[in-house]
Amino acid sequence: MTVILNQSFTGISIGAVLLLIALGLTLTFGQMGVINMAHGEFIMAGAYTTYVLQKAISGAGVSLLVALPVAFLVAGAMGALLEWLLIRRLYTRPLDTLLVTWGVSLMLQQLARDIFGAPNVQTRAPDILTGNIAVAEGISLANSRLFILGLALLSVLALTLVLRFTPLGRRIRAVVQNRDLAEVSGIATGRVDRMTFFIGSGLAGVAGVAITLVGPIGPTTGTNYIVDAFLVVVVGGIGQLKGSVITAFVLGVLQSVLEYSTTVSVAKVIVLVAIVAFLQWRPQGLYTLRTRSLA
Amino acid sequence: MTTTSAPTTPAPEVTKATSPLTRFRVPGGFALGAVLLLGIAPLALTDFRLALLAKYLCWAMVAVGVSLAWGRGGLLVLGQGVFFGLGGYAMAMHLKLADAADTGIPGALPDFMQLYGTGEALPWWWKPFGNPAFALAATVLLPMAVAAVLGFFVFRRRVRGAYFAILSQALAAALAIWLVGQQATTGGTNGLTDFQGFFGYDLDDPANQRTVYFVIAVSLLLLMAAARQLFVSRYGELLIAVRDSEERVRFLGYDPANVKLVAYVVAAGMAGLAGALFVPAVGIISPALIGVVPSIGFVIGAAVGGRASLVGAVLGAIAVAWAQSTLSDAFPGAWTYLQGLLFVVAVGFLPGGLASLGAVIRRNRIRTRSGEAA
Repeated sequence: MTVILNQSFTGISIGAVLLLIALGLTLTFGQMGVINMAHGEFIMAGAYTTYVLQKAISGAGVSLLVALPVAFLVAGAMGALLEWLLIRRLYTRPLDTLLVTWGVSLMLQQLARDIFGAPNVQTRAPDILTGNIAVAEGISLANSRLFILGLALLSVLALTLVLRFTPLGRRIRAVVQNRDLAEVSGIATGRVDRMTFFIGSGLAGVAGVAITLVGPIGPTTGTNYIVDAFLVVVVGGIGQLKGSVITAFVLGVLQSVLEYSTTVSVAKVIVLVAIVAFLQWRPQGLYTLRTRSLA
Repeated sequence: MTTTSAPTTPAPEVTKATSPLTRFRVPGGFALGAVLLLGIAPLALTDFRLALLAKYLCWAMVAVGVSLAWGRGGLLVLGQGVFFGLGGYAMAMHLKLADAADTGIPGALPDFMQLYGTGEALPWWWKPFGNPAFALAATVLLPMAVAAVLGFFVFRRRVRGAYFAILSQALAAALAIWLVGQQATTGGTNGLTDFQGFFGYDLDDPANQRTVYFVIAVSLLLLMAAARQLFVSRYGELLIAVRDSEERVRFLGYDPANVKLVAYVVAAGMAGLAGALFVPAVGIISPALIGVVPSIGFVIGAAVGGRASLVGAVLGAIAVAWAQSTLSDAFPGAWTYLQGLLFVVAVGFLPGGLASLGAVIRRNRIRTRSGEAA
């Protein structure tokens, strides 16, 4: 019983990391149909921001808190710049966006290698996040994992509130649901796109701060997560926040339970097969936006 | 009046090949390629450079498939490494077993298995690859079978566009991770390497390496000829129609799923053959050669050269591979920037690749000229 509970909690915390990463993608890939392979490098940028701030500010706790908004801004600015330079020219060719942004991600990785060096760097977790909380006999929850879980849920909440109740969110939803109609209604769709991209990329930066607590930071940090994150969005349903939330946790738990009963590599393969099978059942993902378009 | 009435005589057949230049363009180009690859290159290049060229030609074979599936069919295949790897591993497993059999000890295991020490009998799924006929057939048929099963399920449910691209990429990631995890039976990160013989011939002998090169060059030419026939066939027309307007094709009564499936499976077979020939030419197959990054690499060459143009894709693949190995030795950092930039520029601003450069320049020149006239 304790084993099952421990594995489930590990799974939920894997899911929380996945969710944080996939959240930004839900916006950029889901809402805008842009496949941004450089999203992983925005995560990396967030992680390196944490590292740099920790060098500048000695207190690990303070620097982590400062890093959250700064990483959001850094990654968001990179995203907005990318959108302005390249992506807005490619909205009609989504598959080409994938390849172009992959080229960008190559360059950003090399940039990180030139600035911070090829080996991984480490950050110190604040003392308050290094311990465990013993919940019951034999079951303990790592503080850092709880922090990530909280951060993920907070981000989901914030994003939901922004999309539901702010003028910006209303405009974003309008553009997603019907771009042409939004444009003739007087919405500057180009500006909305850039803001959407800014927020989506910024969330990648926040995810980057979170992953410094669970793993090393290196030039290829982003690539390790990006494929899984895309799968979360695909399975959850394009542009569906609740779909991504459910999928991230289900995949996380599935992964960790399978890892326990088999091996890491076999678990990955089984999860992938499960996803292909799932798409047989629901090719548009868990939740879909019902439209009359054929595509 | 005469202009509006229906013509009484059928419209004359569109004459395609009027000048001898256009009529002989394709066979002439093919002959030129054959002379370059089979005649001039082996004479002009040293053994070392010829071996490098053999490696590039293997990647070019994958690009032929990419050109078919992506250029003509619009299927962004980001997981060709899977099929390249299946072909490569099938061949490598046979070579390993043949080497082990050559030691003369009955029931000898391939060297790496003794090293990583499961120490037990050969796993059951290794056994059939001891048979040369089975292994050779498997290098092509195994990738095609995997592609057929995956493609059947994916295309039937109309999973397409970005979904398909990401799924195929995830497949490449999964295979690479699985191979690394099963070190005792697949060689793990190191892959399979250190082959002694190739169907009875000593691979260390330079003369035999040259023979391998010729096999690869001839295979590439044959694949290009086959792809060209597919391109100009009725099927090729249908494939382009599916790429450009899938729904319309469906309304006309065709099943786009089957059309895509054929392109995907054929491309997988080509990648499998390329992988199988890569093994004796280069002497290694490993997860690093077939994962996510090399899989995208297969697409880069085709994108830079011109995805829909067969010759463009092949030349692009060779050129990018050549640039990678020459420049990355001299300037490792700069090459990565250049590679990224190449990709951004080629895909973002020249979607037809370098093959379309002439047409783009011509169009711009006409536009400026007509602009001056107006």
